[in-house]
Amino acid sequence: MIRKVSGAILALVLIAGVASAQTITAGGATFPYPMYSKWFDEYHKKVPSVSINYQSIGSGGGVQQVTAGTLDFGASDYALTDAQLKEFHDKRGFNVLAFPTVLGADVPAYNLPGVTAVLNFTPEALAGIFLGKITKWNDPAITGPNPGVNLPNENIVVVHRSDGSGTTFIWVDYLCKISPEWDKGPGRGASVNWPTGLGGKGNEAVAGLVHQTRFSLGYVELTYALQTKMAYGNVKNSAGVFMKADLASVTAASAAVKDMPDDFRVSITNPPGKGAYPIASFTWLLVPEKISDPAKKKAITDFLGWMLTDGQNVTEALSYAKLPASVVAKEKKAIAKIQ
Amino acid sequence: MSAPATTIDAPPEGRARSLWKRLRDGDEIAHTVTFLCAFAVIAVTALLVFELYRNSEPSRLKFGWSFLWTKTWDPVAGKFGALPFIYGTIVTSALAMIIAIPLGVGAAIFLAELAPPGISSALTFLIELLAAVPSVIIGFLGFFVLLPALLRAEPYIRSALGWTPLFSGPFYGVSFFTAGVVLSVMIVPFIISISREVILSVPSDQREAALALGATRWESTWDVVVPFARKGIVGSIFLALARSLGETMAVTMVIGNDPKISASLFAPGYSIAAVIANEFAEATGDLYQGALIELGLVLFALTIIINGAARILVVSTTRKGTSQ
Repeated sequence: MIRKVSGAILALVLIAGVASAQTITAGGATFPYPMYSKWFDEYHKKVPSVSINYQSIGSGGGVQQVTAGTLDFGASDYALTDAQLKEFHDKRGFNVLAFPTVLGADVPAYNLPGVTAVLNFTPEALAGIFLGKITKWNDPAITGPNPGVNLPNENIVVVHRSDGSGTTFIWVDYLCKISPEWDKGPGRGASVNWPTGLGGKGNEAVAGLVHQTRFSLGYVELTYALQTKMAYGNVKNSAGVFMKADLASVTAASAAVKDMPDDFRVSITNPPGKGAYPIASFTWLLVPEKISDPAKKKAITDFLGWMLTDGQNVTEALSYAKLPASVVAKEKKAIAKIQ
Repeated sequence: MSAPATTIDAPPEGRARSLWKRLRDGDEIAHTVTFLCAFAVIAVTALLVFELYRNSEPSRLKFGWSFLWTKTWDPVAGKFGALPFIYGTIVTSALAMIIAIPLGVGAAIFLAELAPPGISSALTFLIELLAAVPSVIIGFLGFFVLLPALLRAEPYIRSALGWTPLFSGPFYGVSFFTAGVVLSVMIVPFIISISREVILSVPSDQREAALALGATRWESTWDVVVPFARKGIVGSIFLALARSLGETMAVTMVIGNDPKISASLFAPGYSIAAVIANEFAEATGDLYQGALIELGLVLFALTIIINGAARILVVSTTRKGTSQ
């Protein structure tokens, strides 16, 4: 008897569960993963019938899996290329839409024993250092914008990411824009052929290498630097102001972009504007234009709407820079494109 | 065996006969089951190689054999070569073996032959514990403990060995040398643990005979027991070598991840397993992924070649003086 009753209850629970729960599978970029997992958790508390399962498999995997249709939506730290968009369209017969969610930025971190001042870096100095052309800390390109700082006659030990990452993409995308030599040489990508330097796997390894190696210079993701309270340098923006990266100056960088394209595929490194930090980027959700299951479609579009309103209010607690109002307004209109 | 059985005990007829036969065929069943177990392992290995071969096609077609001796690794330009990674894998493993073999075999001899039983079992327990430490933990220790220690020890190493090209150039802490030392820490427990078991299993009459002939304890250990256990000790070294060739996490944390070929052990380098771990997740495009998968194939081939060469070396040098 008891067994029968409990069996019936179990069956009821199962049926109820199946009927109401909408599970959405998503995956991709690792950089915004802490933010996304917080969002999906918060949203599940607000709308218990929708649960979004996100796997941080990397941007490459996110693009691949959403193209193959194994994910309901993907996530990537890089804007899709024309070839990738075409591949998606060829395979699925419709387009994929990109929605910026938060912003990422890279900061230069260094280890200079005896130097306590915050260093100023010009674009030329950063490009020269990473190209291996500027090798000493007391090179005029570095001492020039840092009057009064006693920089040593020591070799610069360059540290970069060894794993493919959006953090690297932002950094080299910036170097491509400010240095024709970099653009022609190593170029743009999640991993590149570095002219010089040591590689560390992940932000934590780069930070660890910089911490342990005297006279080193590396780049780390701003979120990581803020969370671990690392010291980092300022970078000169295109208006000639040495900017400290913080959440406000990163949001300002994306607001400064003129002519935001309708598909949001835009690089925002080296933007105009006095208050903009120059080494920043959007990170995107990749949502198919056609979602055949109406319940799923509603769940995804509702989530996007929430992410652009309430979701944006919780980003700064996790040290992510939020979207500027202009981009939010444009994205809200773009949600209507999902059929 | 079967000939007398047929004469003494004639096989029953019909149904009973087949049952009897099946019972007698217990051997056959055991044979089949164990054969399937062995076959499964080989099948998985074969499938692995096949999949690596199939998925590396874009890279194999584009680069051919030149993949093996090209030094450039440029994901942006789509130029891929395996040489710096092959070099790094071989150099770090060789260094690890140079450190780990004497250390491991020496410790195994002490634990099995010379140490008091209480100390031996306590130490063996600790060493087997070391073998169970996950490689990422060893990597962390290497990065946060060994690396600063090596940076402090650098002037002494340089003053002793700096005249060789092996220890020239700047030292940043991450290097072939650091990776080799970390690898040796990881593989030494394998050598000790297996070698000790093998030495312990040498029949005691071997030792007694040597002692009776007037050998000292060390002479009996070194001239009789160790040669007797040679095959097992060599086996433990092969296992350690395989582990060090394929080690990923600990190596990538301390090798510097710079695909360059340098004579100096103090220079940063890269290994095959490390580059796959670093770049696979974000590798986009068939050629890039194909190149990484081909590196996996190269690592597989490298393991077979090095193991085979080592085995030939062992066979050609152990003809005489051993009992096995």
